[in-house]
Amino acid sequence: MTTSLLIVQTLNGLQFGILLFLVAAGLTLVFGVMDFINLAHGVQYMLGAYLAVTFVSLTGSFVLGLVLALAAALLIGLALEFLVFRHLYERDHLDQVLATFGLILLLNQAVKMVWGAAPLSVPVPEFLSGSVRLMDGILYPTYRFALIGAGLAVGGLLWFIVEKTRTGMLLRAGASNAAMVSALGVDIRKLFMIVFAFGTMLAGFAGAMAAPILSVEPGMGDTVLILAFVVIVVGGIGSIRGAFVGALIVGLVDTLGRSFMNDLLRLFMSAPSARATGAALSSMLIYLVMAIVLFVRPEGLLPAKGRS
Amino acid sequence: MRTLGDAQALALPARRRRPLTAIVLFVLLAALPLAVSLGLPAHWLTLVTRAMIFAIAALSLDLILGVGGLVSFGHAAFIGIGAYVTGIMITEGQTEALLALPAILLLCAVFAAVTGAVSLRTRGVAFIMITLAFGQMAFFLAQALSAYGGDDGLTLSDRSTLLGFKPFANRTSFFYVVLGTLAGCYALISVIVASRFGRVLRAARENATRVTVTGYDVGRIRLIAYIISGMIAGLSGFLLANQTEFVSPAYMSWQRSGELIFMVVLGGVGSLHGAIIGALTYLFAEEVLSHWTEHWRVIFGPMIVLFVLFTRGGLVGIMGKLGGRSDG
Repeated sequence: MTTSLLIVQTLNGLQFGILLFLVAAGLTLVFGVMDFINLAHGVQYMLGAYLAVTFVSLTGSFVLGLVLALAAALLIGLALEFLVFRHLYERDHLDQVLATFGLILLLNQAVKMVWGAAPLSVPVPEFLSGSVRLMDGILYPTYRFALIGAGLAVGGLLWFIVEKTRTGMLLRAGASNAAMVSALGVDIRKLFMIVFAFGTMLAGFAGAMAAPILSVEPGMGDTVLILAFVVIVVGGIGSIRGAFVGALIVGLVDTLGRSFMNDLLRLFMSAPSARATGAALSSMLIYLVMAIVLFVRPEGLLPAKGRS
Repeated sequence: MRTLGDAQALALPARRRRPLTAIVLFVLLAALPLAVSLGLPAHWLTLVTRAMIFAIAALSLDLILGVGGLVSFGHAAFIGIGAYVTGIMITEGQTEALLALPAILLLCAVFAAVTGAVSLRTRGVAFIMITLAFGQMAFFLAQALSAYGGDDGLTLSDRSTLLGFKPFANRTSFFYVVLGTLAGCYALISVIVASRFGRVLRAARENATRVTVTGYDVGRIRLIAYIISGMIAGLSGFLLANQTEFVSPAYMSWQRSGELIFMVVLGGVGSLHGAIIGALTYLFAEEVLSHWTEHWRVIFGPMIVLFVLFTRGGLVGIMGKLGGRSDG
C-alpha cells in the first residue's frame, strides 16, 4: 500500500524537518545577529535530550520534566556564553570554529561520563501515547503529531517575535548592522544575551521533544548540527524564513529518499544492486540537493535582507 | 598586462621562511630509528610515523587554510578517499602502489574539483559549513559501502607493494618512506607558496577584489590550490591505510577534519613547518592523555578552547578580511 506509506513518510519528513528547524533557527539567529558560528549548538540539543531523560524520570511527569530540562539547558547555555562564547564574538570565524569544536569534544565526553555511553530513552507521555486514525488503515502516532504542532507553534511564535515586536525589530536591525544598533544606544551585550538564550532554548526544546522518539546517545547533537548547517546554507544564512523552508526541504528529501530510493532504483537495476546503490544515494541525497541549490543560488533560497 | 611585480606589490610580506627549522626537524626525525636501535621503545617509531602521516595532511590543509585563507572543514574526506582506494584495491587483490596512487590522485582531484567548484562560490562561514557538509557526504558514502565493511570498516589482508618490493611492510623502511613523502610534500608546497601562484593565492586572502582587478582569476587560483591540497591529503590516506592495515569511515569523520584544522592552528597558520610541528605535538598530546584516562577529551577539549582564547595563533585577519560582517 504505497499511498499510505507515502502519507506516513511525508508526515515523518515533516516532523524531522520541524526538529531541524528548531535547531537551525537558533543557529541562524546567533549567526545573523552576532556573526558567530557556534559548533556547540548541537550540544545544546543533546543536553536538552539528556536533561529530559533525567528530569522526566525524576519527576515522573513529562511536562514538568520538559520544563525543568529547558530551564537547566538554558542555565548551561548561559554559563557557556559567559565563560567562552562571549570572548569569541570579536574573533574571526576560524577561532570560533576551533573553540566551539573543543567544547564539543569536552561536552560529548562529559555526557558519556555522567550518563554512560549506552543509548537511553524517555517514555512517550501517557496522554500522547495513542495513534490518530487518518483514514482507513493509516494510523499515525499522536506524539509525532504533537511534535509537529509544537514545532509549528514555536515557529509561529518566533516569526511573531521577530516580525512584530520591539525586540524582534532590534534583532533584525542587529543582524543587518550591529554597530549601528549599538551606536543608537541599544545595549548590544544584553541583546546578544537574549538572542543566545533564545537559540539555546530552541535547540534544547528540540532535543527534549525528540527524546521519546529517538535514542538519546552521546554525539546525537553532532549529526543534527551538520544537518542544521545544510538547512541554513540551503535556506540562506541568517534568515529565519530560509531556515524554515530549508528544514522542510531537508527533512522531506531525506526521509522520502530513504524510504523510496530502493523502489525507484529497482525500475532500472536488479534488487541487490538497487539496495546497495539506494543506501549510498539516499544518505548522500540532501548533500546533493545542497550542492545543486548552491550552484544555482550561492546565497541560498531566501537570503536574509540587509546582509550582502 | 600582468607582471611579477603586481603580485609582489599585492602580497603582504610573507612570513619569513625558515628552511633551517624544517631541515633540523627532518634530520631529527631521520635519526629516530637510530635512537630506537639504541634502546628507545619501538612503539615510538609507530607513533612518529602516524604523526608524520597526519603532518602531510595538515601541510596540505595549510596550503588552502594558511596561505589561501580558506577554512575547509571537510579535509578528512580526502584522507578517507586515499585510504579507501588503497583498501578496496588490496581487498580486490591488487597491491601495486603504482596503480593505487594514480587512482587516488585522480579521484581526489575530481572530488576536490566538483566540491570545490560549489564551495568556492561562497565565502566565509558558508564555505566552512559547505565543506563540512561535503565531508559528511563522503563519510556516509563510505558507511554505505557494505561490500567493504560499511560502518565497521575494512581490515586489509595485505600491505601495498611497489613493483613487487615491500617497502611498506617493515616498520623502519616504512618510517623512511613516510619521512621521504613528508619532506617531498614540504618541498613541493614550499615551492608552490613561493611561486607567483602562491603569492597571488596569499594576496587573494588579504584582498580578493584587488587581486581580481589586477587581472587574476581568483576563483580559478583558489580552485587549483584546493585540488592540489586534496591530492596531497589523499596521499596521506594511502600511507595511513598501509600503516593501520585498516580503513574505516571514521577516517573521514568531521571530528578528524576539526583535528586537522587544530593541528594547523596549533603550529601556526601559514607556516609550513608549523603544520608539521602542530601535527607532531597533537599526536603526542593525544597519546599521553589517552594513556592517562579514557576520558582524555574532557581535558583536551578545554585545552583547545584555552589555546584559542589565550594565544593568537597567528590567525589575525585571515577570516576577518574574508568572511567579515559585510563580506566585502
